[in-house]
Amino acid sequence: MASTVSILERLGFRKASGVSEAGWWRTLIVGIVSLVYFTPVLFIIFTAFKPQTQALDVPPRLVPTTLFGLIPDKYAFVPTIENFGSVFSRVMTPGGSPEATGFDRFFFNSVAISSVSVFLALIIGTLAAYGFSRFPLKGNDTYLFIILTTRMLPAIVVIIPVILMFRVVGLSGSYVGITLLYTAFNLAFTIWMMKSFFDELSPDVEDAARIDGSSEPRVFFKVCLPQVVAGLAATFVFGLILTWNEFLFALLLTGPDTRTVPVAMNQAVSSGGRGTDWTLLASIETLFLIPVFLVTFFLQDHLLRGVTFGTVKR
Amino acid sequence: MSTIEVKSITKKYGDFTAVREASLAVKAGEVVCLLGPSGCGKTTTLRMIAGLERATEGDVIIAGKRMNELSPEKRNIAMVFQFYALYPALSVGDNIAMPLHFEKLSKEDTAKRVNKVAKILHLTEVLERMPGQVSEGEKQRIAVARAIVRDPNCFLFDEPLSRLDVELRHSMRGQIKEVLSNLSKATVIVTHDQLEALTMADRIAIMKDGMIEQVGTPHEVFAKPANVFVASFIGTPQMNLMEADLKSFGKGVADVTLAGSKVEMAADPAVSTLKPSKVMIGIRPRAFTTHDKAGHDTIHAQAELIEPMGAETLIHARTKTGGDIRVVVQRDKRVKIGEILHLKPDPKQTHFFGENGKAVRS
Repeated sequence: MASTVSILERLGFRKASGVSEAGWWRTLIVGIVSLVYFTPVLFIIFTAFKPQTQALDVPPRLVPTTLFGLIPDKYAFVPTIENFGSVFSRVMTPGGSPEATGFDRFFFNSVAISSVSVFLALIIGTLAAYGFSRFPLKGNDTYLFIILTTRMLPAIVVIIPVILMFRVVGLSGSYVGITLLYTAFNLAFTIWMMKSFFDELSPDVEDAARIDGSSEPRVFFKVCLPQVVAGLAATFVFGLILTWNEFLFALLLTGPDTRTVPVAMNQAVSSGGRGTDWTLLASIETLFLIPVFLVTFFLQDHLLRGVTFGTVKR
Repeated sequence: MSTIEVKSITKKYGDFTAVREASLAVKAGEVVCLLGPSGCGKTTTLRMIAGLERATEGDVIIAGKRMNELSPEKRNIAMVFQFYALYPALSVGDNIAMPLHFEKLSKEDTAKRVNKVAKILHLTEVLERMPGQVSEGEKQRIAVARAIVRDPNCFLFDEPLSRLDVELRHSMRGQIKEVLSNLSKATVIVTHDQLEALTMADRIAIMKDGMIEQVGTPHEVFAKPANVFVASFIGTPQMNLMEADLKSFGKGVADVTLAGSKVEMAADPAVSTLKPSKVMIGIRPRAFTTHDKAGHDTIHAQAELIEPMGAETLIHARTKTGGDIRVVVQRDKRVKIGEILHLKPDPKQTHFFGENGKAVRS
């Protein structure tokens, strides 16, 4: 078995056997649709490498190379990594010298806040989901419904009470505050997702483990959890994306030190009074994409199984 | 000592009583089958023995110890589930090793024991595979291997063969019986298949609506059913159960009107305790002999449907009162549709049931 898995596949690349199975036409159609979806992302990534003066050229400069003269000069641009440097350090006041923008800090904030909150939600939510699935209480469905209602309202509706509560408790602008808030928000999603995964498992297997001499905690950790790894991965990635991109709460509840990237991005781009710096925005976005992209990439196999779980008869 | 004793256990789910005062004792080395139609409470009884369900009333005693309050992992029992319940994330070998892992046995000893049972059950080749990659029959053997790999107080099987095809079922029945006979532990097997019960069990407990109707050896439950339900449940083709008028009883001969025919038949002396009244008479389809002429001890019937079964032929015949009667005759006995049969029941294989449905026997 192990020898047939190439290094590429181990890294997460899929086998390229898809074309022969699906046929060229279908592959082409899927390719075109994918390109349409991916174009905005690609455009942003390319913009991040454009010289500032060429960012808004019409017609747009589409590719970073002339391909040895094949593509007319006006469609090509000369890639630069200058913009990435200015994400972290640039001239902030006209005529001044370059200063640190604090973006290293904001990236750290984003990573720390979202990963901690998603992990916390995953731990608490998985335990809760197991409980809801295996040891139903009277009115189980009511509790589950109440948990879901926390996600029924748009964030903007609950933002005022949340701000007031945070003021009173003194959590405004702190790491703990925003992390707990995100944890609470992710919990509803995590519990519902994980409950459906636990519901799918055969209770017989757990009974077998009990008979085989396993205590309740071991039934959970040794028997149930290994069966829902796909679910954990899917829930983790979805939660991470939601949290990573969250803007509104972060805008209102983080302080200068605890600011996350989406908020910082907004402020970096709109400050300075010289209009929008599109290449700066594009390079922040490109950097912002990388962590989520990596996580998704390495969990993609689990993710696929997780998303199709229950919809496909095993 | 490996024994199981169940003392009038009852299981209630709200108002519904799944098992009512069931009592059963299984000796060491004995195989007892719980047999009954679906929903009769046999699996619930098994799960109560295992500790997966708590008995509402009554006691569960395993190896001489009352175990009502003990959780399953502390009862030291092995159970094979209907759907095998293999751990999907573990290889076959790890599946079998799991109970030993929980017992904290050393790695070498575990490997030794796993290899030993794998050999007994012909699983050596698939030890490395995942449960999803083995056949249905192998899954079944893995489940059995996982049960016998350690040294439990007793074995419990929940419909162990129901998912196998006919041929596999046949061979697994023999294999399980062989494995069990070498272990000399108390064993309870739940099944709805009477053939499985008759072939594998030392004793059979027949359940209906949460109650144990009769406990006995395969021979006893077949030859001496305790009541109408057991009589109808055991044996294929099903026993003929006919209402009859008991006119009188004297000198070992009962005078009855059966299916429109006046019949004198030898009967158990205990039949004399029945008042002349409506009784139920049960006769196995193989307990008839056919005669050319009507006699004082024959039943009149007309052949209506003929089903050759190979060595024997099953005849559905219509009695004078319109009732259906099943008769099995040897293959060489030719019967035509519409032919009048004079059936003489074998008195030794004729069962009288009183108005309460209980068999009347001395």
